[in-house]
Amino acid sequence: MTKVTTVLTFLLTFFTTNPAYTASAQLQLKPVDIDLSDKASLQRGARTFMNYCLTCHSASYMRYNRMGKDLGLTDEQVKASLMFASEKVGETMTIAMRPDDAKKWFGSIPPDLSVISRARGADWLYSYFQTFYLDNKKVMGTNNSTFKNVGMPHVLWQDQGYLQKGTNGDLTRLSEGDLSKDEYDEMARDLVNFLAYIGEPSKIQRLALGKWVLIYLALFFFVAYPLKKVIWEDITK
Amino acid sequence: MRLIDWIDARFPATKFVKAHLSEYYAPRNFNFWYYFGFLALIILILQIVTGIFLTMHYKPDTALAFASVEYIMRDVPWGWLIRYLHSTGASAFFVVIYLHMFRGLLYGSYKEPRELVWIFGMLIYLTLMAEAFMGYLLPWGQMSFWGAQVIISLFGAIPYIGEGLALWIRGDFVVADATLNRFFAFHVIALPLVLLGLVVAHITALHEVGSNNPDGVDIKKTKDEQGIPLDGIAFHPYYSSKDLVGLIVFLFIFSLILFYMPEFGGWFLEKDNFIPANPLQTPEHIVPLWYFTPFYAILRAVPDKLFGVMAMGGAIVVLFLIPWLDRSPVRSIRYRGPLFRIALSIFTISFLALGYLGTQPATGLYTSLAQVFSVLYFSFFILMPIYTSLDKDQPVPQRVTEK
Repeated sequence: MTKVTTVLTFLLTFFTTNPAYTASAQLQLKPVDIDLSDKASLQRGARTFMNYCLTCHSASYMRYNRMGKDLGLTDEQVKASLMFASEKVGETMTIAMRPDDAKKWFGSIPPDLSVISRARGADWLYSYFQTFYLDNKKVMGTNNSTFKNVGMPHVLWQDQGYLQKGTNGDLTRLSEGDLSKDEYDEMARDLVNFLAYIGEPSKIQRLALGKWVLIYLALFFFVAYPLKKVIWEDITK
Repeated sequence: MRLIDWIDARFPATKFVKAHLSEYYAPRNFNFWYYFGFLALIILILQIVTGIFLTMHYKPDTALAFASVEYIMRDVPWGWLIRYLHSTGASAFFVVIYLHMFRGLLYGSYKEPRELVWIFGMLIYLTLMAEAFMGYLLPWGQMSFWGAQVIISLFGAIPYIGEGLALWIRGDFVVADATLNRFFAFHVIALPLVLLGLVVAHITALHEVGSNNPDGVDIKKTKDEQGIPLDGIAFHPYYSSKDLVGLIVFLFIFSLILFYMPEFGGWFLEKDNFIPANPLQTPEHIVPLWYFTPFYAILRAVPDKLFGVMAMGGAIVVLFLIPWLDRSPVRSIRYRGPLFRIALSIFTISFLALGYLGTQPATGLYTSLAQVFSVLYFSFFILMPIYTSLDKDQPVPQRVTEK
């Protein structure tokens, strides 16, 4: 059943993707698997998010306790290991940095990340985390080939290490990080999975409810169609 | 005394049900194309009901609007379902309306005596476009803002009064809080009232003259002793039971989209609309939602702004005139000559092509193609009196056929 829906979704997406967005995407994006049922991945992504992102970026439409519930964590667990910026689990993920200061420091205000996955797409985000490179012309010392001249520094440099950009535009390794390439890919994937989750937490309910609605309609069809047949008997003969 | 008798003595309940349902005789040969009027009515109800619940949580304020939509998506119980029903419903409405209108073209449903049915229908379409346009501003994303900014600025192309008119519509020098508030008022109350009134007029006119059919045969010409058309069957229970089957099939497809791909690849919910409106940052491509793109392509195909706006308006106005442009005595395409068949095919291809081109950047080849298809679009109407008079139509049968 899940396979069928995956294939269907793929086919429909393939034939229906708005060309307005594919046309502008000259970037080579690295594809990433999003799986909201992979709770462990989402929990790891949440940890990365809380440690690295949620100081400059807010996720001000997302509540801690909603996240806990969906990720299979108790309020106490959320409080103990994932909450650094707020006091109460019912709060949304806001930050203390003032927009004016952010503008001064980074050149632009870091966007709220609640729905960033829906604006950018998961593949874009995954590529973004893979394409930071050293650039001495930038104030922060890094640039990004997915998002040119982005104000954000390479926050995950300790984990990934540094890349440099060759004259042909390819990124090559300059220094090793704490993680191997595979481990870093996994970290980026978990983070994107989490960002996709907070983009639309109700997607979990949406997918769960969808199949029941379709089953109901299919069953209803087998009541309505014979009913129509019987009623029309004297017309069609 | 039964309750219904008590009511009937005071209010024409039974009379109404008979006139419009159990003794409204529709042709027996309705085909696939005849589901969409009923489905449009269902979607109208869906949009009104879901709209009411959205209004309970939505905030028409530029500082709060975007967040209130996300609040609905996250914190309001079943809010996500209501919102997706409404956003998917909007696109479904246009899908169904376009198919419904195409049916009219196929079978000549606009022809005498149904000109007013067609005119009321066109007014519904026009109101629906305004309703959709204003509704799309409400989530206050980038596309909401810039789409409204571009479309309202078109009024500025009108000589002398244009700029003043655009300012009057916006209530500010750019799309702003005043615009959002008034669009909200129009979207939730003014236009829905107009829509409901027009739908009543559309159905009243239809039930006065009776439904057309795929053969374009006038079923009222052959009646039995009781005055019931021989080819007519009561709407209820025949078409009510048939439409129920159509409704289930429709809802199945609708649910498939709603539950598994509510953005529909960026066609129903655009990516850029998940970025809050920012008057200082213009998105790379400003694309109207898919149901406006044919007209947007016509607008951009004309190099001059004023003439572009006139062409876009004209593209809709000509649709109103079809009942008088079509000179053929035959309604249905089944008995029309080759000229009309070719013309309608070219028109259909042009409309779809323009719809695609409207989503693309207006550059080089695309602009030239849009110009060609715009000329073809208008030719369908302008040349209609000529090719419909010259056409070699076939004889129309006396009674409906089984196909």
